[in-house]
Amino acid sequence: MKTITTILLMAVTLSGFAQDKYFTRNGNISFFSSTPVEDIKADNFNATAVLDSKTGAFEFSVLMKSFNFKKALMQEHFNENYVESSKFPKSVFKGSIENISDVDFSKDGEYPVAVSGEITLHGVTKQITTPGVLTVSGEKINSNAVFKLSPEDFDIEIPSVVRDKIANEIEVTVAAELEALKR
Amino acid sequence: MTKILFAFLLFFFPFFLLAQDEGSSLLDLIEEEETTNYASASFKSTHIINSQSIENVSEGVLDFRISHRFGTLNSGINNLYGLDQATIRIGFDYGITDRLMIGFGRSSVQKALDGSVKFKALRQSSGKKVMPITLSLYASIASNMLEWADAERENYFTSRLTYTYQVLLGRKFSEGTSLMLMPTMVHRNLVENTSVKNDVYIIGIGGRQKLTNRLAITGEYYYVIPDQIADIYHNSLSVGIDIETGGHVFQLQFTNSIGMIDKSFMTETTGQWGNGDIHFGFNISRVFTLKDRNKKPKEN
Repeated sequence: MKTITTILLMAVTLSGFAQDKYFTRNGNISFFSSTPVEDIKADNFNATAVLDSKTGAFEFSVLMKSFNFKKALMQEHFNENYVESSKFPKSVFKGSIENISDVDFSKDGEYPVAVSGEITLHGVTKQITTPGVLTVSGEKINSNAVFKLSPEDFDIEIPSVVRDKIANEIEVTVAAELEALKR
Repeated sequence: MTKILFAFLLFFFPFFLLAQDEGSSLLDLIEEEETTNYASASFKSTHIINSQSIENVSEGVLDFRISHRFGTLNSGINNLYGLDQATIRIGFDYGITDRLMIGFGRSSVQKALDGSVKFKALRQSSGKKVMPITLSLYASIASNMLEWADAERENYFTSRLTYTYQVLLGRKFSEGTSLMLMPTMVHRNLVENTSVKNDVYIIGIGGRQKLTNRLAITGEYYYVIPDQIADIYHNSLSVGIDIETGGHVFQLQFTNSIGMIDKSFMTETTGQWGNGDIHFGFNISRVFTLKDRNKKPKEN
């Protein structure tokens, strides 16, 4: 009897923790490069993200090859020449929401948050900080953020012939709808 | 006492488990979905040099190719080692789908018109679906548009035509290395005399080795199985480099073939490397995206 109670207790503790985590496999990460010569946009609808609502820890992972471009050749060049997807298949963000205590996960609403952490892309890790918004609606949480990255910071070499076509700063937009992670 | 301690430990056991999670990644909590990873960009272009590669242009993309072959290197300084003489082919390839491509071209050699179709039947992939090779089926038709050699004779239009059928087998062995094997049959409706064959069987091999992301060396060789074509014709060997700059691919090459269409370089190559009958040449490929791809997010 005692053992059963203990096991039950244990299970309760575990499930209690599980509800603190939210995730998605279909997060949208897009980027936009704008120059007078050309605008380039790419979308990825297969980003994975996990948020720990208790600690504020927030992680993203994205396969570079699943970025879709309007022009097939751009997509090929993006993977082959710029981010070198076969060498560095994934880009990962590991960070946290600094003001997680301001977010009431039991109450619907929009909560402005400050996110900081490390982004690893093309084998280079950089510290980033960005404002974002968490929108709680029932069981689901929408996370949105817009920030800028510079290809140069990640050792992505841009040859002089296409220098005019690729912006120095590229705008990255993150939109991910997270749901409770049940184990 | 021990029992209480035991229960206590058991109760806290999940906490220890979670505590262990802290160090590793949150992302480890969810299983990674296995995806199929298709090999891409095995070659920079739809052609290795003269030969087809396993690459197609994507859906809605038009590839405009201008190819030049100069005279032979052994033609002397008086002809600037061949540069005084030039032959040209202008060609267009268009992707109906990502896997089906059609092409059309015109050459100065024999004033030939040519049309082709290439279908990618199998795609090399790893991950969820594993396929070790890419296999494409290719067919082309060429029409010699020169004046009839003997106008007195009764001439049929079909006599102008030559067909080429190929199975293009290729594998991208590593990021930089791709190789191809190309069993080929050329059918010529009209041949010079009865001692040569209408159906000619040929084996082609080709490959590319990347030097940098934008520079690669390429090569191709077509071996005609003996006793099928006239003795004046030799096997075609070409070596070159591919230089890629944005929407252009420049291919510079040395070859013993002057013709740039299938039947010409495969069965009508008169030059020999050993004699210095080597032509310098280049292909310029420029792609135009005629149709934007509207990829929708994958439904889950």
